Amino acid sequence: MSSRRVYLDHGSSNPVDPRVLEAMTPYLREHYGNPSSSHSLGQEAQQVLEESRKKVAALINAKPTEIVFTSGATESINMAIKGIARRNKSKGDHIIHSAIEHMAVINTCKYLAREGFRVTSIPVDRAGIVDLDILRKEVQDKAIIASVMYANGEIGTIEPIRKVAEIVHEAGALLHVDAVAAAWQVPIDVKRDDIDFLSLSSNDLYGPKGVGALYIKEGIRIEPMIHGGGQERGLRSGTENIPSIVGMAKAAEIAKAEMETEAARLVSFRDRLINDVLATIKESYLDGHRTQRLPNNANLRFSYIEGESLILSLDMEGIQVSSASACTSKTLEPSHVLLAIGLKHEEAHGALAFTFGRENTREDVDYVLSVIPSIVKRLRMISPLTPKELLS
Amino acid sequence: MRVMYSAKVMEHFKNPRNMGEIPDADGVGTVGNPVCGDMMTIYIKVKDDRITDIKFKTFGCGAAIATSSMITELAKGKTLEEGLKISRKNVADSLDGLPPIKMHCSNLAADGLHAAIEDYLKKKGGGKG
Repeated sequence: MSSRRVYLDHGSSNPVDPRVLEAMTPYLREHYGNPSSSHSLGQEAQQVLEESRKKVAALINAKPTEIVFTSGATESINMAIKGIARRNKSKGDHIIHSAIEHMAVINTCKYLAREGFRVTSIPVDRAGIVDLDILRKEVQDKAIIASVMYANGEIGTIEPIRKVAEIVHEAGALLHVDAVAAAWQVPIDVKRDDIDFLSLSSNDLYGPKGVGALYIKEGIRIEPMIHGGGQERGLRSGTENIPSIVGMAKAAEIAKAEMETEAARLVSFRDRLINDVLATIKESYLDGHRTQRLPNNANLRFSYIEGESLILSLDMEGIQVSSASACTSKTLEPSHVLLAIGLKHEEAHGALAFTFGRENTREDVDYVLSVIPSIVKRLRMISPLTPKELLS
Repeated sequence: MRVMYSAKVMEHFKNPRNMGEIPDADGVGTVGNPVCGDMMTIYIKVKDDRITDIKFKTFGCGAAIATSSMITELAKGKTLEEGLKISRKNVADSLDGLPPIKMHCSNLAADGLHAAIEDYLKKKGGGKG
């Protein structure tokens, strides 16, 4: 094993920022009140809850009253899609999502299909951009809600959300946006972009896991999923997870303050990795959009080799990345995102997602670039698919 | 992923034995396919019904490469009859086990060896028969 460690899997999990941990700690120790209690410890918790709501709202230019705290983005997504589908059943029976949505969206819609809703998946082009003409046609067919992500964390493509919102609203439907991968690195404005629902995850902002938020545009009513003590305006019962909410708020505050400089730094790492790999390794490819792309994402693919053996080899050199190969999934199917952009199964097996983050340095990029060529070469030597001329 | 391979699997993945091709092989067996994510080719040289040399090439995950490497060690020097008796389970056991999810999809090496032996027997039968 290498002594050097370069973590390039920020799309999967992030460390908690030390400033976030510091902000949280008092709420785990001395300030443990329940916001529903009338005494001072409880009222203190109530106050910090509302301050936290303001900070999370500010990240996406929402009003604090438009933010509901949840247990994470999966719950936010379930709450938005199930909540509006059940509430607006009389207005339509059609639910739309893009073909590259997270499984939290796809499987929530699949579940609703069993309740009688029609579900349509909108294809994307080779770069991962949703087909706006098909979206327009489908959304006009009694759609209640369309779910299109702000950006895809696996291939990095940023969707034309403002145009999507226009099309969806023209048809009288509502728009849900999964902003998990984008929120900490791309400026989001729910007013400018005219978004109705937006899902956020705390961990993707460098906050703790197990907490997230759903933005619900003022005036929209949904059916709650979790019933109980009526917290979060009755939309999400259960005693508020104050330490984690404080952590998420601090993380959102830092993300907003540092976004511009951080995004520029990440873009320089990303582009250097992409340009160098494509220039030095034959038959290597970039997937996703070349320019409409998350600052931290490079999805690179190497023909004739398989993703898991690439991951193991990189891991032995201390580099941690993600693969969408079948061998790394629970279902033994390659990523639906890579298949949706038109890759063949055998191509999808060799794709790696490099996702940079806050603690990465320029030296990390140098190190990765110094080890990738020999790893690819070794695995290509072992592979029976590699043409002889590629090895010479 | 996080399937946690045994140290032996990782060792064979890092330093695969008998990797390569035998241009004048007496038998060649290819199993799996790239669409599924695992494919391997086993080459054997045979003398007096004994496997005198064996090599492999594999496209696939860590388990696919490690099992390929292991089968070459298990089969080298064995008679064809003994070779045909080497099972998927023998390969997995010799590697101190494989994660359950890898047992059927990536544990193709025994099939590859059997295919190579059958190829040899078919050619021999056809050639001399």
